[in-house]
Amino acid sequence: MTNWTDICALTDIPRLGSRVVKTDTMNIAVFRTADDAVFAMKDECPHKKGPLSQGIVHGHAVTCPLHNWKFDLASGEAMGPDEGCTNTFPAKVDGSRVLIDFSGLIEQAA
Amino acid sequence: MKHRLVMVGNGMAGVRTLEELLKSAPDQYEITVFGAEPYPNYNRIMLSPVLASDKTVEDIILNDDAWYADHGITLHKGKTITAIDRVHRQVIADDGTVAEYDRLILATGSNPFIIPVPGHQLPGVIGFRDIADVDAMLAASKQYKHAVVIGGGLLGLEAANGLKKQGMDVTVVHLLDTLMERQLDKPAAALLKASLEEKGLKFEMSASTESILGDERVTGLRFTDGREIPADLVVMAVGIRPNIALAKAAGIHCERGIVVNDTMQTFDPRIWAVGECVQHRNQCYGLVAPLFEQAKVAANHLCEHGVARYEGSVTSTKLKVTGIDLFSAGEFNEQDGDETLVLQDPSQGMYKKLVLRDNRVKGAVMYGDTMDGSWYFQLLREGTDVSAFRKTILFGQHDLGDAGHGDSSKQVMALSDDAEICGCNGVCKGEIVDAIVKKGLFTLDDVRAHTKASSSCGSCTGLVEALLASTVGEGYGPAPSKKPMCKCTDHSHDDVITGIKRHQLKTMQSVRDFFEWQTPDGCATCRPALNYYLLANWPAEYNDDAQSRFINERAHGNIQKDGTYSVVPRMFGGLCTANDLRAIADVSDKYQVPEMKVTGGQRIDLFGVKKEDLPLMWKDLSDAGFVSGHAYGKALRTVKTCAGSNWCRFGTQNSTGLGVKLEQLTWGSWMPHKFKLAVSGCPRNCAEATIKDFGVVCVDSGYELHVGGNGGIKVRVTDLLTRVATEEEVLEFTGAFIQLYRLDAHYLERTAPWVERRGLAFVKEQILDNAERRRQLYEDFKFSQTFAQIDPWKARADGAEAHEFTTLKIA
Repeated sequence: MTNWTDICALTDIPRLGSRVVKTDTMNIAVFRTADDAVFAMKDECPHKKGPLSQGIVHGHAVTCPLHNWKFDLASGEAMGPDEGCTNTFPAKVDGSRVLIDFSGLIEQAA
Repeated sequence: MKHRLVMVGNGMAGVRTLEELLKSAPDQYEITVFGAEPYPNYNRIMLSPVLASDKTVEDIILNDDAWYADHGITLHKGKTITAIDRVHRQVIADDGTVAEYDRLILATGSNPFIIPVPGHQLPGVIGFRDIADVDAMLAASKQYKHAVVIGGGLLGLEAANGLKKQGMDVTVVHLLDTLMERQLDKPAAALLKASLEEKGLKFEMSASTESILGDERVTGLRFTDGREIPADLVVMAVGIRPNIALAKAAGIHCERGIVVNDTMQTFDPRIWAVGECVQHRNQCYGLVAPLFEQAKVAANHLCEHGVARYEGSVTSTKLKVTGIDLFSAGEFNEQDGDETLVLQDPSQGMYKKLVLRDNRVKGAVMYGDTMDGSWYFQLLREGTDVSAFRKTILFGQHDLGDAGHGDSSKQVMALSDDAEICGCNGVCKGEIVDAIVKKGLFTLDDVRAHTKASSSCGSCTGLVEALLASTVGEGYGPAPSKKPMCKCTDHSHDDVITGIKRHQLKTMQSVRDFFEWQTPDGCATCRPALNYYLLANWPAEYNDDAQSRFINERAHGNIQKDGTYSVVPRMFGGLCTANDLRAIADVSDKYQVPEMKVTGGQRIDLFGVKKEDLPLMWKDLSDAGFVSGHAYGKALRTVKTCAGSNWCRFGTQNSTGLGVKLEQLTWGSWMPHKFKLAVSGCPRNCAEATIKDFGVVCVDSGYELHVGGNGGIKVRVTDLLTRVATEEEVLEFTGAFIQLYRLDAHYLERTAPWVERRGLAFVKEQILDNAERRRQLYEDFKFSQTFAQIDPWKARADGAEAHEFTTLKIA
């Protein structure tokens, strides 16, 4: 069952950019791509914990600002020869609003 | 239905083409491969080490059966294609197997040339080409004593060395009086012959074979002068011939090889050809690096990107015989008008020769000391003007003031497996060699992607290249001469810079459209570069794209490893007042800065600032009169000064005053890379101006201007540009030099490598000899500064880009 939370307007996130949502357990990066798709993932690179929200967004991917690991925004999987994965959360655009389903977050915190 | 792609030949060039193709279009084709040998794709250039028992056959397999299965490729091992039916678009194998194709790749490689002397068909006479040949040689070495290798080229000598190691008595027969005449000049060949003789090989030079003797099996060899020598095994290594029989029979145009155009297509546009079977612009290639370049181009067209062109290759050679260091590249035999530089020490067995034309390296031969081979090869490929360092070029790169690891690359093979090669990423030699062998890596980029070695500061690049070269031999593929900007395009930085100017491209999208980018919005490598090029070329028109900037430049602070930022306010010329320091102390208290440090650029760094505090802190600093120090940017950093004539008893000019003027002129300017200035008040040079991008050393009669220095990974001392008499001239030369660098250098290229690549003569011609050009550059620089000198901190303190610094709250 999904449980959508309204986060912000789509225009609050720059195209090919991101914003950070602070929660009790972790920071979550919300990305907006050139085609106005949105993605949410834990704001932490599995390599050295770099803030992925600060990376450069290209296609449906982001490059970590610390050591250039590249992640697929949809799956959270590292691309290319690097191996690792960060948690993702369901995200969607509803009209002009961005919605995220945080239910996975509670399971992880428990 | 998917298109059917059939490949005839299962060797290195062909399979590399498939690998490149699968990278870009994994699902486009249904692929079928025919290989005549009963093995999957293996590294043919490593046959010599297998023969010498340094490696086993398993070690040199590049793609095992599982690889073909994983990619859904149908592999027919041990089946030879005997005919191509171009009308019905099918190939037919010797066992009757038929495969239909929509597109066909011919990668049939080459055959060893067997000299048709009497007796050449006797058992015991073989070529040196595949695993079967190696097996035959190994079997012979266990049973027989005398081996003769006909051909004193690269392959022949490697075969001879391997057979010697297997305990045979080996004689090399060579038609000419020089070994490896296609790679070596006479002095180097003589040194090589001497050391091979020391290893126990025998030579028959200028010897021509009349016939091979024997009834059941080879027993000996007779020369044209009538002499005979015993032989139980004869290895013919006199060259290869492109294997064109199949193509010819199918009516495809062939000369020496299968003729292809720059897209690697044959005269039948459905049929591509790659590798040793190919003739391109009248050249056939037998070394692996060019074949891989061809593979890339063929794959680019097969997956219908359709932009790559193969324009031929310059090759280099290394001999894989343990204990012998030999390197050659390019046109090493000088022609009329060429200049030759030679360094020779016969008793040490050392010889180096460079052939120069118009001060550019055209060829190199090295024996005994080959550590700078890859450097010379790079100079050759890039056509670098070497006039600035030709006096010392023969002594090697480390003699240029390279304080990196360059001088130790020769010893790299002697290092133990746990020796650290890459200090930034903590990668040891063992890991790198392991990755190269197990993952079948051939290029520096591959090694960087898989191990991270040399991917950060790059100072160990030479060591990693040396490991690559010694692990995979000549298979090591140095970067092609025209290096693409990134994986989104095949165009180089120079192509893009020229295109932006010539075609008036003023937006990122227009650049990507014009150059047919392969990704919709670029990547983390090309976006910052394009953003910079557009900003530098069209200061009044282009709108900076924040999302194409690395986070440091987007947030106007240096991101630290814990995600906090550092803040460095500008102190013009390193001067400050008590009030300045008080203001810095106050913000430090107010925002609980955990650590402060005086930087090498004579200012103060405040560490550990939270991102959301940045605009607030900047507001306080701005109110106190500070602007951003751009310590985070590919931008003008600082102007370092010494005390100068105001205070110093040695000072000849007002170095601090001039430093302040220079920083006021230049601050805020975006550059290809960081840019540092310094002004020293006398030749004692306390501001270390001769390791800066632009350094001013004051003398009694005026100012010496120095350019292209660097105090980083590779220390480089500046070149003297000129002497001028007035401060006004210093400012003009500074602005002109900066503007030339801004418009000409590649993104992320410091002035030191830029000056070396373009040559000091180019810089002098632009801004010293041509006063009008200099004034124009200076005016252009000042014009672009009117847009750049807007303090980004104050703008953000006043509310610009607020989304960058605030987080979202869940309602």
